[in-house]
Amino acid sequence: MNAPAPVSLRHRVNQARLRLQASGQRLVIAVPFGWLLLFFLLPFALVLKISFAEFRIGIPPFTDLVTFTDQAYLRVTLAFSNYLRMVEDRQYLVAYLNSLRIAGGSTLIALLIGYPMAYAIARAPKGPRAVLLFLVVLPFWTSFLIRVYAWVGLLKGNGLINAALLSLGIIDQPLLIAGSDWGVHIGIVYSYLPFMILPLYATLEKLDPSLLEAAHDLGCRPWKAFLTVTLPLSMPGVIAGCMLVFIPAVGEFVIPELLGGADTFMIGRVLWNEFFLNRDWPVASAVAVVMLVLLVAPIMLFQHLQSREAPAKTEARP
Amino acid sequence: MPDQTKPATDRPVKHPPDLPGCTKKLGPPIVEIESVVKKFGDFTAVDGVSLDIFEGEFLCLLGGSGCGKTTLLRMMAGFEQPTSGRLLIDGKDMAGVPPYERPVNMMFQSYALFPHMTVEQNIAFGLRQDGMPRAARAKRVAEMLALVELERFALRKPHQLSGGQRQRVALARALAKHPRVLLLDEPLSALDKKLRERTQLDLVNIQERTGITFVVVTHDQEEAMTMADRVAIMDQGWIVQIDAPQAMYEYPNTRFVAEFFGDVNMFEGVLEEDEPDHVRIRSDELPVPIFVGHGISGREGATVWAALRPEKLTLSSEPPNQPHNWAEGVVKDIVYLGSTSTYIVELTSGKRVRSTIANHARDVEWTITWEDRVFVSWTARSPVVVTS
Amino acid sequence: MTSWRRNGFLITALGFGFAFLYVPIFLLILYSFNGGRLVTVWAGFSTKWYGELLHNEQLLGAAWISLRIAVTTASFATVLGTMAALAMVRFGRFGGRTLFSGMLSAPLVMPEVITGLASLLLFVSMERLLGWPEGRGVTTITIAHITFCTAYVAVVMQARLQDMDRSIEEAAMDLGARPLKVFFVITIPVIAPALVAGWLLSFTLSLDDLVIASFVSGPASSTLPMVVFSSIRLGVSPEINALATLLVVLATVAIAAVGWLQVRQERLSTRLAQGADAD
Repeated sequence: MNAPAPVSLRHRVNQARLRLQASGQRLVIAVPFGWLLLFFLLPFALVLKISFAEFRIGIPPFTDLVTFTDQAYLRVTLAFSNYLRMVEDRQYLVAYLNSLRIAGGSTLIALLIGYPMAYAIARAPKGPRAVLLFLVVLPFWTSFLIRVYAWVGLLKGNGLINAALLSLGIIDQPLLIAGSDWGVHIGIVYSYLPFMILPLYATLEKLDPSLLEAAHDLGCRPWKAFLTVTLPLSMPGVIAGCMLVFIPAVGEFVIPELLGGADTFMIGRVLWNEFFLNRDWPVASAVAVVMLVLLVAPIMLFQHLQSREAPAKTEARP
Repeated sequence: MPDQTKPATDRPVKHPPDLPGCTKKLGPPIVEIESVVKKFGDFTAVDGVSLDIFEGEFLCLLGGSGCGKTTLLRMMAGFEQPTSGRLLIDGKDMAGVPPYERPVNMMFQSYALFPHMTVEQNIAFGLRQDGMPRAARAKRVAEMLALVELERFALRKPHQLSGGQRQRVALARALAKHPRVLLLDEPLSALDKKLRERTQLDLVNIQERTGITFVVVTHDQEEAMTMADRVAIMDQGWIVQIDAPQAMYEYPNTRFVAEFFGDVNMFEGVLEEDEPDHVRIRSDELPVPIFVGHGISGREGATVWAALRPEKLTLSSEPPNQPHNWAEGVVKDIVYLGSTSTYIVELTSGKRVRSTIANHARDVEWTITWEDRVFVSWTARSPVVVTS
Repeated sequence: MTSWRRNGFLITALGFGFAFLYVPIFLLILYSFNGGRLVTVWAGFSTKWYGELLHNEQLLGAAWISLRIAVTTASFATVLGTMAALAMVRFGRFGGRTLFSGMLSAPLVMPEVITGLASLLLFVSMERLLGWPEGRGVTTITIAHITFCTAYVAVVMQARLQDMDRSIEEAAMDLGARPLKVFFVITIPVIAPALVAGWLLSFTLSLDDLVIASFVSGPASSTLPMVVFSSIRLGVSPEINALATLLVVLATVAIAAVGWLQVRQERLSTRLAQGADAD
């Protein structure tokens, strides 16, 4: 300021109010921030910690990393045995590879089904578009478990699909869809399809149709225009959709449990079994840590997209 | 006539300016802006603006996008705090005073009507915040509805109104508290051309009837000319010139103002002779010197510009009988605009000039048409000389 | 727009996609009215499985627990998620913003088994250190649900807050309302449809969750999905079909209500924008 104003009472009241407002803002940030730190971030630190503990029978079923010896020395015991088991026991490796393969395959199928649907909805006239969008979102609001269950009834050896195919004489032995990788693929695609379609729709809807018209006007055939204009511009949606399907699918438990065979080992199922059947919390934690390490890259990619989608609109107005 | 050599920011005496062609009498300064700077990070939006706004005045802040006019308005409303400098309203320093305690109200570009409230509730909102008793509030709301002729729409929600009606609700809401100053951010930009022209006059009427000081931000030069008592032209964060519209048009102080405020033909030249009663300028773009009938106290040999409004150029088929102020050229284009026509003439130097002729002046004798050889001329009183 | 209808490929894709999404659910509903116990053989129309559902004490008890958890979760998550969204959209840069935004988007994709295990380990450690929470049950499930639902609400609210014309709030302040009052009298009513959507979303997610609840539940706190899951493992039963039908109908009604609210809101804002956008 050029000429410092005399510090009046009014001025001091205003300053106090600004401080109060600032502390109110801090509170709005601090409450959810604290909650997430405590109940979301801290638990991951604990998973990491316990993955280095050893299994024991008791409550809790793991050893302490930090103990005090008789001479009151601090002793830190890190057990790497859990991680060694990951490497030595082929079961884990197979489960990880299976998870990546099945999740990847399902993501690709979901993309192939979802993209044309999203494109069709984005190009639909306004009225039908709302209805179609509603139809895509609706299954997402109905119970996930129920939707997987619906396929159990269809795909089982004595399920509806086999019954229909058998009575039509197309096959003479029931197909073993449930109980195979195909059952899991169908289950994942079915459950996660809305997650693929919605981000795709969001980017395709924003796409200015006059871009395609311009491409056509400049002599580009429709299919070529799609490949050179639409597809590249919808890549953010493609990536977001794929991440939304792939990442949770890798750790999926319910679908392989209900639609997969006894030998369809996916890593979520292995973790579940280690925890609930073997009660081996340290190994379950180690499985989780390795899974997280595998998923760090895709999760970061997803977050990068998220933050780019939603830049803070707090920039200065000119 | 304003002194053209003095920068607009230097005003030691604070008495209201005389307004040529206006009977309105202005009161003492109500908003005093002293060397205000506003920075957003590295970007300087307002760069040292000083300005007094007088009671009862209708002031337009005019400028292109990004010139800082809206930021200046938002600082008066209290949505932005100056980085440095002082802003006084009614003699009180507004530093740290939040928007809800300032005696000013704002009409937003987007109107910002509360979508979940009726027209009546929108207008009553500010009064309710002041704790005005119910009966007085109802009376004031009724007055406001009558003022903007929306009595029949009191119970509608904003989305049930047309654009013009919404604009009037926003105006009534901002006026309801009888603010000391009403700030209007591009109040007419959302209306179509016809409605905009009518509303300009409505705004002037309402301002005169209520006597409230209006500060209007606009990018439309005609709008500013129609409505304002004074216009402040802003560019790159500071006020280039502040004057009554007529003075601004007739005596721009820079090339920027001359070109921004209306159409102009600009001739660059060298000051050859500068006497108290006349000036002579030699321009490569003209065959003869420019002769101006007053002095400008410039340095001889300096580069200056002579600004000539298109309506001050006359066309003739015969060479004019004067040693100055004419040029020869060919008519390249004629733009018919109803009451006037604009002739675009390419001079022998290659420069194109515009000459606007009232169509009632084109009698039967008028024969000038495309590709005709013509002479352009003007009087010694027509040019305005600017030095920057 | 007629070309859209004539594009055979797109129409086929839509038809196939929607058939894929809806045929299983329709069959599920259909067979909930099957008189026989076998899912493949139609034995006449009957509503007896709905009757049996009403007498299944275990299912009803679990449904009651789930409902209580879902209501609490949705209410807390809506408040927390809205605060988080406000922080992200309105408060500009603050310390730890990147971490905060990371913690808000990670739960959207985090495999449930990991979240479940991590939450359990936290509750066990907290109990050992602080003596709280005592054992596991409704409280721990609710806390875990609030945590991931907050992230979903934050996404919904961030989108809404970004779309909102801030000058509405500035206008209220200009007319003399203090910031807190502006928030309650202007902001909340304007974003109300999104709040409702966020609440319903959290409610559904909580009601639906099997994996996380399995990890952090205690002996007497089996939720509805947990009971349903253990019964599905034993095989398909028409009773579950009946329950599924009820859930689908409930969800359809809920989302139709939300959809209606949003359509209404959209109409409102587009009409508002029509006047204001033409610059």
